[in-house]
Amino acid sequence: MTDRIAYADVEVGTELPAQTFPVTRATLVQYAGASGDFNPIHWNEKFAKEVGLPDVIAHGMFTMAEAIRVVTDWTGDPGAVVEYGVRFTKPVVVPNDDQGATIEVSGKVAAKLDDNTVRVDLTATSAGQKVLGMSRAVVRLP
Amino acid sequence: MALDQSFVGRTYPPTDPYEVGREKIREFAEAVGDANPAYTDPEAAKALGHPDVIAPPTFVFAITFRAARQVIADPKLGLDYNRVVHGDQRFAYRRPVRAGDRLTVTSTIETIKSLAGNDILDVRGEVHDEAGELVVTAWTKLVARAAEEA
Repeated sequence: MTDRIAYADVEVGTELPAQTFPVTRATLVQYAGASGDFNPIHWNEKFAKEVGLPDVIAHGMFTMAEAIRVVTDWTGDPGAVVEYGVRFTKPVVVPNDDQGATIEVSGKVAAKLDDNTVRVDLTATSAGQKVLGMSRAVVRLP
Repeated sequence: MALDQSFVGRTYPPTDPYEVGREKIREFAEAVGDANPAYTDPEAAKALGHPDVIAPPTFVFAITFRAARQVIADPKLGLDYNRVVHGDQRFAYRRPVRAGDRLTVTSTIETIKSLAGNDILDVRGEVHDEAGELVVTAWTKLVARAAEEA
């Protein structure tokens, strides 16, 4: 774990370390089991195509879970997250090969708020497309 | 067909308690590839000021979504669940979810809109612990896509 980031040391525009998260079909099966979301669009190619998707797609909540890691890895304490919200704009398409897909996430401090909190705006892309919109977290710093 | 606006403001009965287990948190953290020790090591969690291991921020969705399904599946509401996609998700946390919590969810329909044939439903889930304290509020936007033209 890194040293805790202090409110006083953060400025608007401070960039959080960007991260890339891999996602394969195996990841999705594992996430389905852990989360209880067994919607076949996340593991059954035939079904996904029948409902008009290009291929199997990642759970939106999986992408949301990865994106906040840029924030929780930065603060060290995941309990520091006070608010977190996203819009699911584009699906993360996960091909059935060894590579799968990747989700790239960056974040920066957009505002310093009261009570030692800051708002972080996140950007998440996959295959060059923005997959989350309005992705924002508020975290309380020491 | 547009959904019945009289469902706006409707609150469903609280769910039975969901007991958050350490191993379930570990399983979820592994599934998202997150090695933060606050999720698996009670001592690391205590060093951060938590009484036990805490859950990743989005973990609680599994519980609130299960509660929201009682809304989605309400036959009187008549939403076509096969056409439902997840539009937005937002959480406001009073404190992190942690191992040992016994959580109940109370779901309320906040808004119902009809836009270009799509039914858009905002469901608020309030998650309380055994002491009755609010732990987290989850807002879930569900979009039932319009049926395709033949």
